[in-house]
Amino acid sequence: MSVDLTWDLVADVRQLLSYHFMLNALRAGTIVAVVCGAIGYFMVLRRQSFVGHTLAVIGFPGAAGAIWLGVSSGFGYYGFCIAGALVIAALPGGGRAGSGLGGAGEESAVVGTVQGFALACGFLFVSLYKGFLSGLNNLLFGTITGVADHQVITLLIAGVLCLAVLVAIARPLLFVSVDPDVARASGVPVRLVGTVYLVLLGTAAAGASQITGSLLVFALLVAPAATASRLTARPYLGLGLSVLIAVLVTWLGEAFAFFSPYPIGFWVTTLAFGAYLLATGYGLLRERLGRRLVTA
Amino acid sequence: MSDPITGLAHMLGQPFIQHALVAGTSIALLSGLVGYFVVLRGQVFAGDALSHVAYAGALAALAAGVDLRFGLFAATIAVGLVLGLLGGRRAADDVVIGTAFAWVLGLGVFFLAIYTTHSATGNSAANVNVLFGSILGISASAASTAAWIAVGLIALLLVLARPLLFASLDPDVARASGVPVRLLGPLFLAIVGATAAEASQAIGALLLFGLLAAPPAAAQRLTDRPWRGFVLSGLLSVLCLWIGVCVAYAAPKLPVSFTIMTTSTVLYAGVVLVTTVRWPAFSRRGGAARP
Repeated sequence: MSVDLTWDLVADVRQLLSYHFMLNALRAGTIVAVVCGAIGYFMVLRRQSFVGHTLAVIGFPGAAGAIWLGVSSGFGYYGFCIAGALVIAALPGGGRAGSGLGGAGEESAVVGTVQGFALACGFLFVSLYKGFLSGLNNLLFGTITGVADHQVITLLIAGVLCLAVLVAIARPLLFVSVDPDVARASGVPVRLVGTVYLVLLGTAAAGASQITGSLLVFALLVAPAATASRLTARPYLGLGLSVLIAVLVTWLGEAFAFFSPYPIGFWVTTLAFGAYLLATGYGLLRERLGRRLVTA
Repeated sequence: MSDPITGLAHMLGQPFIQHALVAGTSIALLSGLVGYFVVLRGQVFAGDALSHVAYAGALAALAAGVDLRFGLFAATIAVGLVLGLLGGRRAADDVVIGTAFAWVLGLGVFFLAIYTTHSATGNSAANVNVLFGSILGISASAASTAAWIAVGLIALLLVLARPLLFASLDPDVARASGVPVRLLGPLFLAIVGATAAEASQAIGALLLFGLLAAPPAAAQRLTDRPWRGFVLSGLLSVLCLWIGVCVAYAAPKLPVSFTIMTTSTVLYAGVVLVTTVRWPAFSRRGGAARP
């Protein structure tokens, strides 16, 4: 494969799209980015980043185990991530917004232990399946060359289902996330909504793992949502922005990975972090200017 | 190896097991003791972030061609200090940590790409060792260095332990009575960083929680008293490491990091079970009622 980056952008894009694996990567990346941008926005709102990271990591033993047994890795990702979401939801306080972080130490220690155990199991499967060391890096850190046609279709179905459920529970979920006590008092089934959301989060993480790798799912789940919530406080506008940023980051990351020798994981995380830094800088600037206007 | 005593003696005669136990015991004790405060202060996520920093640091050192441990310690201690200083003003946001550590891992992958293109052989193994540890492959000199660093860090932690406990349980009162809370936070996170660097050599950057989170969580369930919990956490961590190493020796197919992590998970699950059915000797109430 000879790849030349020129100043002619149209030619570059044409070159990019002439490879079937790149088309698949872009299709899969777009689906994953839309889902992650939307689901991640609620994750940031609910302060469940640590749980989200753990769910993503749980996908790793799933995929490694599936490959070891000779099954499609997609089954492993979805099976383990959704099962992990149900287990975490069943833990005391697991489905609650803000769980697993800051406050009560033991809860987060439990989530951490689950995470470590999942990684250890994945490592066990990888070492039982000999001659798989390069595959290990792809599972953990992602690859753009490995997306097959049937995987794109699975991702699409899972993504559409995910978004449909999210739309159905969006209003109560927003209510529960912003003010759980008032929501409970007005009859919203807080626990159920939390559990359904965790399952959605697991599904999104499983999808994203197949593109960015288990360890770098955060680049699509947290960073776009965090950037969006720096830019606006309005929930639905933020949701849209988060999706937009996730898609842009994925497209650019995949294109850069195509034209450079560095892996997609590096590009996607760097772009996402860069966007977050820019948004933070913009927020600080606006705050300072606003203060000056008020004092003047 | 029909007789367990003979088997054990045979195992202890192996040099690589001796190295593993020397390094592992000190590292596990350090992780358990530090982990107690990590869990108490609700900084598990920060510990997670520091373990990822350890990965990026180690691979940066490999890519630059210097000693891996240099990268490990420099990166984790620096980031620990920065996290602590940021947290001094406002509790470090989980979103900030999450965004930053995804990028740090991305950097790790970047260094991995540089490293693998510049050195032809043995690259995958080094990468896997940083991620998942290789305590049975540790050399004699590395084992003794790791042990001495661990001893130094434990000594530092013991000096800080009393004010740190005070500051963790009640920061406002501690500040009012003259404890330098602002200084303790960054210093403690730097120690956590150094611990992450140490543990990366034993059970790998990704499995740090096996020694840092599970034993303290179990200890906190077994006792409410801080000092008893502190010591218990260190001892449980060492126990997990010993059992893990023995199991891995008996079943060579299982990677040692997996057996250690599994032991600590099983230990924690067992403690939860025992304390939930409220077996009087072990439950919190029973522990607190004793004089």
